This record gives sequence, C-alpha cells and structure tokens, in this order.
Amino acid sequence: MPDIMPPEQPILRVDDLTVQFRRRSGQVAAVNGVSFSLARGETLTILGESGSGKSVSLKALMGLLPDYAETNGEVWLDGKEVLSLPPSELAKLRGGAISMIFQEPMSALDPVYTIGAQIAETIVQHEGVSRSTANQRALDLLDRVKIPSPARRLKNYPHEMSGGMRQRAMIALALACSPSVLLADEPTTALDVTVQIQILLLLRQLQQELGMAVVFVTHDVGAAAEISDRIAVMYGGRFVETGTTREIMRSPRHPYTQGLLASTVHGGLRGKVLETIPGTPPNLASMPPGCAFAPRCRYAVDACTHGEVPVAFSPTGGMLRCVRAVDAMTIMAKEVSA
Amino acid sequence: MDVDPRDRGGPAQPLLLVEGLRKHFPVRGGLLNRQVATVQAVDDVAFSVRKGETLGIVGESGCGKSTTARLLMHLIKPDAGEVVFDGDPVGERHGITVNAMRRQMQMVFQDSYSSLNPRMTIAESIAYAPRMHGVSGKEALDRANELLTQVGLNPRQYARRYPHELSGGQRQRVNIARALALEPRLVILDEAVSALDKSVEAQVLNLLSELKERFNLTYLFISHDLNVVEYVSDRVLVMYLGRVVETGPVEAIYSRPRHPYTRALFASKPTLDPDRRTTEMPLTGDPPNPINPPSGCRFRTRCAFAQAICAELVPSLAAPLDGVDDTGTHRVACHLPHAQQVLHA
Amino acid sequence: MSQTTVDFVTRQLTMSEETLQAPPAPGYWRAVGQRLARDPVTITVTIILLLIVFISLGAPLVAGADPYAGSVMMRLKPIGTPGHWLGTDETGRDLWARLCYGGRLSLLAGILPVMISLVVGGFLGIVAGYVSGLPGTLIMRTMDVFYAFPSILLAIAICGLLGNGLSNSVIALALVFIPPMVRISETVTTQARQLDFVEAARASGTTTMQIIRHHVLANVLGSILVYATSLISVSIILSAGLSFLGLGVTPPQAEWGLMLNSLRQAIYVQPYVAALPGVMIFLTSMCFNLMSDGFRSAMDVRLNK
Repeated sequence: MPDIMPPEQPILRVDDLTVQFRRRSGQVAAVNGVSFSLARGETLTILGESGSGKSVSLKALMGLLPDYAETNGEVWLDGKEVLSLPPSELAKLRGGAISMIFQEPMSALDPVYTIGAQIAETIVQHEGVSRSTANQRALDLLDRVKIPSPARRLKNYPHEMSGGMRQRAMIALALACSPSVLLADEPTTALDVTVQIQILLLLRQLQQELGMAVVFVTHDVGAAAEISDRIAVMYGGRFVETGTTREIMRSPRHPYTQGLLASTVHGGLRGKVLETIPGTPPNLASMPPGCAFAPRCRYAVDACTHGEVPVAFSPTGGMLRCVRAVDAMTIMAKEVSA
Repeated sequence: MDVDPRDRGGPAQPLLLVEGLRKHFPVRGGLLNRQVATVQAVDDVAFSVRKGETLGIVGESGCGKSTTARLLMHLIKPDAGEVVFDGDPVGERHGITVNAMRRQMQMVFQDSYSSLNPRMTIAESIAYAPRMHGVSGKEALDRANELLTQVGLNPRQYARRYPHELSGGQRQRVNIARALALEPRLVILDEAVSALDKSVEAQVLNLLSELKERFNLTYLFISHDLNVVEYVSDRVLVMYLGRVVETGPVEAIYSRPRHPYTRALFASKPTLDPDRRTTEMPLTGDPPNPINPPSGCRFRTRCAFAQAICAELVPSLAAPLDGVDDTGTHRVACHLPHAQQVLHA
Repeated sequence: MSQTTVDFVTRQLTMSEETLQAPPAPGYWRAVGQRLARDPVTITVTIILLLIVFISLGAPLVAGADPYAGSVMMRLKPIGTPGHWLGTDETGRDLWARLCYGGRLSLLAGILPVMISLVVGGFLGIVAGYVSGLPGTLIMRTMDVFYAFPSILLAIAICGLLGNGLSNSVIALALVFIPPMVRISETVTTQARQLDFVEAARASGTTTMQIIRHHVLANVLGSILVYATSLISVSIILSAGLSFLGLGVTPPQAEWGLMLNSLRQAIYVQPYVAALPGVMIFLTSMCFNLMSDGFRSAMDVRLNK
C-alpha cells in the first residue's frame, strides 16, 4: 500500500522499503516501511532530523548500503524492480538512469582526476561513445550547471575549485547520462547561504529543463520549502506525514511536523520563548511500540503505544500516520468539499 | 537585578571594546618553507559589546568571525589591536592580564564532542577549570552538580557519565555549564547551536536566554544562521572577508540593510513560504579566497554597483548616506549612496 | 512559516532532554574491560602470552633439566624422547629447558628496547607535538635522518659499532625504535592539541604543563601504548635476528634466535626440533600483535555501539 497516492505515471515507486543494520549488540531498524511514488518532473523532499532514516532510505534506493545492512521491499524504476537486480546490473543503473549527489562533493569526486576526465569517463562507460564526443558532452554539462569559463574548468582538479563550484561539478557528473531520477542527499547543507540558494535555484531549473524526478533529502525546512512539490516528513524510520509543500508548511497535521515547524527559529519569534519538542529522537535499536513519536508527543493517549498506528489519506494525496489521523482527515475532507 | 561587584564602569561603559583587531596568517610553501602569501583573516575589526546585550556576528565561511572569537580569547595571538574589558586594557601594564580576562570571558565551541575530554566524566570536565584555579575538589564538584541542574541535566543521572554517552544536545548543555563554571560575565558562543537538530536547537536557545537572565550574562553570538542571529541578537555585526561591512541594532539591520552584501545575504535566505519562492540569485559565485583579497572594498568583485572608487579606497564604517537612521548607531562600510538603497518589500 | 502554524501549537514549557530515564553508565576503563571480555581472540592470545611469560620466569621450576648440561650420547634426539619430551639440540641439551630459559632473554631483549623507546620517544614526540616551532622541527628532522635507514640495517650497524652482547643489542634496538615512536606520539599529540577541549582548557587559563598532564597525556598515552605493544613483536624478531647473526647474545646462553641459528645445521636430521625456537618466536610476536589490535579496538570509545 503506497503511502502517497500514485501520480499518473510513476517513474519511481517504492513499496514498503525496510532497512535493518545487523550489529553485534543486536538489530538496528533504520527504515521501517517507506513507500512513495514519484512522477517525472516532480520533486519529493524527505524532511527529517538526524537518525530519522532519511539518508539510509536514499542510499538503499541506490543499493549503496554496506553488507551488514538488510534491505527489503520493492523499488520500481521505470517498470523495473531494482533491489532484486544482480550487482552488475545495479552498477549499470547507478550513474545512468538513477544518480545521486552528496553533501560533501569531495567524497564523491576523485581527487586524482580532472573534473572533465571524470565526467567523460562516466559517459564513455555507460554509453560507449567516443572519447571526443564524451569530452564535448562534459563541456556542455559544465555550461549547463553554470560554471563560468567551462572549457578551462574541465582541466581543474576538485581541490582547485571552491565549495560551490565543486557542488556544481558534482551535479554535472550526476547528470552525465541524463538520469530520469536524481537523488540528492543534503546537497546544500555544507554550503554558505548565498551559495546554497544558487544551488537550489540551479537544481530547480535543471529539473524543469530535463524533466527529472528528484528525491531531495534535507533537515532544513527552508531548503525544503524552496525546492519541493511534495514533502514527506520522516521520523523513526517512517513517513509520519506527507502532503504538498503548501499543506505541510501551512497546515501541518502530525504533532511532530507541527513541533518541527514551530521550533524552526526565525526573526518573527524575537522575544518569545521558542516552542520545543521535549526529549530526544528514539533509539533505533529499541524502538518504542506503536507510534515512535508517542513518548515525546503531548497529545499521546494509550492507543498510541499499542499496535499499529492507523494511516489516513487525504483527498489531495496526503498521508498522515497518527492515532488522531481519522479525525484530522475528516476535517480536511470537509475543507476540500466546502 | 543585583549589582555585580566586578562591574567597574557602570552600565554605560561597554563590557568589551575592540579596536583595530588584525590577524594575517602567513601561507608557507616552497622548498625553504618561505612565506608565499597571506591570509588576511581579520583586518581592522572594531566593535563594542554593551553590558547585558547579545551582539550577533554573522557572515559566511571565511569571513573571519570564528578567528575573531579566538583572537578575543587570545587562543591566537593578534597581530595588532586593542581589547578593553570593562575599562581595563587586556595584556597591558596598566590593564588586566590575559588570564584575568579569561576568567570573565568564556567560550562555547561548535563541536560538542571534541570540546569535551573523552576521558573525563561530565562533572570532572565542568569542575576542571575551577580546580585549576585553586578551588578544592569537593567544592568544585558540588558546584559542577549545581551547574548541571542549571542547564537542565539531572546530576544524579549525568554527572558520572562520559561525553560519548550523551546526545549532541546534552553535550552542548554540558559545554555551556563548563563555560559558566568560572562565573564569566561574557560568553562567546561560536556556532554553538549550529550542529544541533532543529528541535534540539530550540531547546538550547531557550536555555541560553534563561541563563542570560539568571546569571546576568552578556553574549557574543557567532553564527552563519541568519534566522538564529535575528532571534537572539540585540545588535548585529555583518562580516565579509575579514572586515566589518555593516553594524547596528538588529531591527535596523534586518528591516533596512544598507550594504549591498548584507542585502544579498538576507535575500539568499530560504523563504519558508512555498508561494513566495526565491526566483533570482541575489549573488553569483562563491566568496573570493581570503588569500590576497580584492583591494579597496572587498565586496566590489561581486557587487552590482561597484565603481572605480571602490577599488581605490577602503570604505570605513559610517552612518548611512541617505541620513535615515532612527537609532543613530547604524553603520555601513560603503562609498556609494545609490548602493545603499533601502528595499521595500 | 506562517504565524498560524505557531498558534496552532499550544505553548509548552521548555523541557530538557533528560526526561528519558537511563541507567548510570560504567566508567571508561570498565567499558574497555567489558569490550575486551567480549573479544575471544584477544582473551586467547593474552592467555597464551601469560603462559609464555610464566614458563620463562618460572624456568627453574618448569624446565626440569639444566639448560647447559649437554651429553654427547643424547645429541639431536627427536620429540618424545623419554626424559627429553621436546628432544635435544646438537650438543645434547634438553630443548624444553633451553626454550624455557631462552624465553627469559628473548622476552627481555624484545620488551626492554620497546620500553626504553617508549619513554624516550614518547617524551620527545609529545614535546615536538605540543611545542611546535624550532624545538619541534629540530626533533622531527633528526628523526627523519634515522628514518632514512631500514631498521634491520640500522640495528646491525649500531650493534657492529658497540660490539655484541645482550645489553648492546637492547641499546641498538631501542635506538631503532625511537624514531617511529617519536613520529607516532608527535602525530597523536598534534591531533589532540587541536581538539576543542584543549582550546577550552587554555581559554580558562590552564597552564601548558597542566594541559599536557590532564588532557594531552591521557588521550595520547592509549595510542602510544597500543603502538608499543605492536613493536614488541618486531623487537623480538629483530633481536632474534641479531642473535642469529651472532651480534646479540653469545653462546652458550639460551636465546631463541641464537638457538635457531645453531640448530640450523640439524634441519635435515631433526626438522621438527630445529623449528621449535622459530615457532616460539612466531607465536610470541603474533600474540603481541593480535593483543595490540584487540586493545586498540576496545579502547576506541567512538565504536561504542
């Protein structure tokens, strides 16, 4: 059962994705059943704090997790199931139909090759075109990500570039084989504000031009509001609420989303005591029964800690995982019909 | 509010006065390890912090805000400049010693883990500095337990734990308690909440404002987060490539930013409103390298208004050129009146 | 975010994070002990090492024979000979007794140089790491000169210069181990010095000596000790090598390297007996190596998951 109503033609569909890490001390449940689907040209932001499982989910989609991680569920990319593919097939998909950008470009770029050589190499490997065609494509890509004087920059090594330029180079590398799905793991977190907005605008523009689907993972509410069509709020390895960006930002329904937005500091709160969520995020090695947020939730009732948490869907495609969901969704349905 | 016996100049005298602070780091290289370039990390920085206020220092990476904090604590030796603490010049014959100043000025670092000794328990870490200053072990530990309570951690549960057993937010509370152990009057918070999750950041910010009230503290709050600086500060200092470009009361700076850089910085802030998304880039490119920065105004290479004079002359901090300054303390380092336009949304 | 969002959430008291109950945690060294207890490899090798140390120290009790008393009649007897359960060497001396007594010298020749280099090299390294500038540069460049020679050649050269004998072999090996020890302790000290908690201690007016004693030493000593343990195995092999070449212990003293040398000619007659000193060298050095690995991972607090 998908958590988000499938759009017309999903390019990416994830069904009940779970990831468990096996440790000497026991199992750690990092992702506990994530489902969503994504249409071409759509951006979904997974919003969550550290330890919510957002980055692990993203890496699981790419098959990038270490051996001691156990991934279950289904990931359909353009009509093909990805998780059951043999490693060689999966490697072909990575950097081809689906590619990823990271928080720290230095870790994704090879320090001993020039930017141009790395991009051209990726193109040659995936598409088998000639070296000169690949070089030309690399030049176009640098131009596309708005790197000034691209011909000169092709010959730069990663360490010769500034942080923002490196991020652009990494985006160019990710776009080398025109992926249909781009996964972005906190790509703007390590950047300065003035550079961050440039990268967000660039991603937005590229996504529209190329019709890619983007899964954007962040802990930054501001970045999420700038870039996404839809937002999925993640807590304790599950989506607790999804909806359009406007719905989530304007009228959050889940107590965690409400708390997260209220505790996001802005100048308008000057002189007031900030709203906070008491307590700390759950320990993934020993999750509380029922709703993972219940120990910190001020609306918690007995039902929250017993059995499965009911899930409700709104007429607009949103989802809410909360004991009070049914009431909330009834109100929403009335609002929509009114 | 009680009168602090250490308060010497009365409320009108600034707690901290900084004049002409400068630090240039040599870049060494080549065969003989010769100096090949200079990083002008902090250049002619001057400001004052009033008693009981929070001064926010905001800027991007490489603007010199953290170096400024370390220079004030004398963790790095300044090349030039004068620091006056409550009327006493620091490190001069007729003033107070660096160590005497450090007792009244403490610092909280960004990385909550590396700022605690992993081999010491929480209580030992907090009690450490007072013990080095001659407080008996028992007394220092009692005081540490009391401070733990003050920062919202139950000493019974936490005093004997080690840093790696705590969450990031809890460790930052311990760092705050440790900074308060010497009963300082000024606390420098260097990106102290930047590494925390949003929900925890709010908890720590609330704690900081409670403690400020309770212990009659003055804060120097350094951060790259424009929202947080706006929330906590009374006055704001905007830095760019080692220099102060604009300073003034927080309302004036945030509602009527005059320097083209400050305006671009604020315009780069994500909007939080999906219906009013940013559509144009306020600035292009990255901040230039602080090694051999541009001559004259350091922002001129990215400034849309730059003219010949900007390359010639270093602009000094002065009142806004349109004469509109409600508070009389708004200062901008920019030559051009037309560049200091106020945007009305 | 709209103001309505803020109003939507009713105001709540500032609550600290400590509402979740948790049992008090063990101390650092107890945690290390608990992790060691869960590591069967480290426990096994430590027990083997203790046994080797025990038979060496208690040689007069366990040997059961005079290690120097030979017999022409009993030369090169195989393993399992009545009265000589591990056989005899080329002059008919009981091999078990010689292995027990040989362990004394071998362990001494292995451990002593490491201890000397630990004290000297550790001190120089911490000084070089904490006091950068001229003294640091001077120490490190001098060490680089020693680094230019392969360690076995350096040991042979120094031994050749000083003449043979146990004490000279110990001095030679100590000199060989000082440069890497300085390098390691300088690196960890430099890392520790840059940590924020050292800066925080400086910022509260702590003196340099206090910082080194309370903050640097405690965090540096662990890594240096672990490195020293791994050097012991190298030291045992090198000292055996020196004796083998005739530069270390002199006959008729029992020492594993020397025994290996003199039994060399018997390799075709009694291969198993001839290999026994080698087996002891191999066993001891490997146990030291595995033990230092075990300690390293047990002492890494960040792996506490």
